[in-house]
Amino acid sequence: MKANWIASTAAGMLALCAAQVQAQQTVNMPIVIELSGAGAVSGTNFRDGAVLAIDEVNAKGGILGRRISAPQSDTQSNPGISRAQVQKAIDGDPYVILGPVFSGSVKVNMVLAQQAEIPQMTGAEAADITQMGNDYIFRTSFGQQASMPKMAAFVAQGMKAKTVAFLWVNNDYGKGGRDVFLKEMAARNIKVVADISSESGQVDFAADVVKLKASNADTIFIYTNEEECARLLREARKQGVKQPLIGETNIISQKVIELAGDTANGVKGHVGLTADAPIEAVGEFRDKFQKRFKYLPDHNGIKGYTAVYAVKYATEKIGKFDRKLLAKTLHGLTITPKQEPGILIETTWDAKGDIDRISFLVEVVDGRQKVVQILPKLGK
Amino acid sequence: MLLWQTSQTINFAQGEFVMLPAFFVLAAMKLGGLSFPLALLVGLLAALLVLGLLFKRLVVDPMLRHGVLPLVISTLALAIFLKEGVKEFYAAEAQAFPAAWATTNLAIGGAAISVQSLFIIAVAVAAVALLQYFLGATRTGRQMQATAQNPLLARVLGIPVERMILYTFLINAALVALASFLISPIYLAKFTNGETLGLVAFVAAIVGGFNQVRGAILGGLLVGVIDNLVAAYWSSQYRAAIPLFLLIAVILWRPQGLLGRAEERTV
Repeated sequence: MKANWIASTAAGMLALCAAQVQAQQTVNMPIVIELSGAGAVSGTNFRDGAVLAIDEVNAKGGILGRRISAPQSDTQSNPGISRAQVQKAIDGDPYVILGPVFSGSVKVNMVLAQQAEIPQMTGAEAADITQMGNDYIFRTSFGQQASMPKMAAFVAQGMKAKTVAFLWVNNDYGKGGRDVFLKEMAARNIKVVADISSESGQVDFAADVVKLKASNADTIFIYTNEEECARLLREARKQGVKQPLIGETNIISQKVIELAGDTANGVKGHVGLTADAPIEAVGEFRDKFQKRFKYLPDHNGIKGYTAVYAVKYATEKIGKFDRKLLAKTLHGLTITPKQEPGILIETTWDAKGDIDRISFLVEVVDGRQKVVQILPKLGK
Repeated sequence: MLLWQTSQTINFAQGEFVMLPAFFVLAAMKLGGLSFPLALLVGLLAALLVLGLLFKRLVVDPMLRHGVLPLVISTLALAIFLKEGVKEFYAAEAQAFPAAWATTNLAIGGAAISVQSLFIIAVAVAAVALLQYFLGATRTGRQMQATAQNPLLARVLGIPVERMILYTFLINAALVALASFLISPIYLAKFTNGETLGLVAFVAAIVGGFNQVRGAILGGLLVGVIDNLVAAYWSSQYRAAIPLFLLIAVILWRPQGLLGRAEERTV
């Protein structure tokens, strides 16, 4: 009996020591992301991009000799669940939180990460996320205040449109984009002749397309999530819509092209990141991603991938794992591919956590994104 | 509605039943490497087996003897099981589903009419006509109707009641498979599709009349047309509420449905 007790105690102590050693050898970077629900396409891409980068970093010895541990949790594209998942992630004492992508989720959970002083690398694009005085939130792509002016310039100069019909998704992402877009249109004297809200997860777009078509606008601007974009494109083909269809990022993403098939051909728009960018490093990333996950990544895949490398570079720059110092270092930091190849494209974070990098005007041709113009960084 | 008539089965997993066959087809193409036409056949057979035979044997038969309510709860649970099962074992993301018809348009009198829509209408009308013919003009169909009207008397007359009920489940499975193959190229195949479809189908059946095939058809048309007119000419935000208002109005003023027949039951 006594021998058993001694053996059990010894085993317990050994397990405890092993756990401590394990904890010392790893750095916790949980991925809190949309793996189901309306944001599953975006979230899965972001997650897979992050996992690819994490495995690469770990294979090369990790960050400052510590391997990255990245437990995944599904927000189900639900802000309430995302908040609970971020709280759960915080209980695990993370160094950084990766995700989520949905703006509505980020708005309700980023306060928790801020209070715990944990940097959060998000894929969300709603304009106001970085306007709330949170020193711990960092984008991995353009916010709407950066992307919408580029899109508006494209409507005015690229499409030479005098009128535009606008369909947007009625969530934080869509509403944020709509506010900025309408302001930009007014500034350019372009008349918005149809302003149509749609629902996240909507499956039937027949009535919406009737309204878009009836508006007789010079161009139709679609601003909703990937799956809804694909359904809308299919419906637009069914109803014989003749006006040019344009969009910002989602409608020209690889997943939409895959789901919409040939109905996506001819769609034009602006995208902050694209796996078809004529940049060698991006092409290499795309090939690695496709080989591993058996599908072509979209901009969210690049967001997840570059987020991990940004954390790696900034941490190695400061030389220790210090969350506050990491956040401070990322503000105002520029990372070039020469300094950190995993960043793929030269990227700058400003004092609010907003990002600046080159971006692309693209057109879908034969089921692929074709980059027609590269737009410079805003800061240049 | 067919199931209710013959076996008092209210199936709240009907929407998921429409969602699932599309994934049978996709799995047959992806995992089995089959061509689309062959995969459609496999999808139909799998639907007959899983959503017809197994549904009756494993869910309805054991639960129905405990009354309608336990069965209703079981179908609610089944809906969750099917939805989460597809999410877990196939994909949480929407999947492109091939169309069995051309996606071109016909220009008639200045209007663009989709070949896809014409095909769907034609197949739906043919399916309904075939079903009506089968139920009204064939011996088996009339036996099924007799079973629906009075199972006890049907049994006395020598009708194999159990087999007739099984046929009803198989017809239901074939119809949901057909609906799945028609709707998935437009809605895309996704594990959540059943939520919308199930609710709309239920509302349509009650509005039209739960005990009449033509009632369900009228209910479906009415709900679809009103839903789209409201979304196009009034408000797309409130479109989901309108069929429910219609449902409330029918329950208040014509509970048997627009074309339904009032039934009395001993309780």
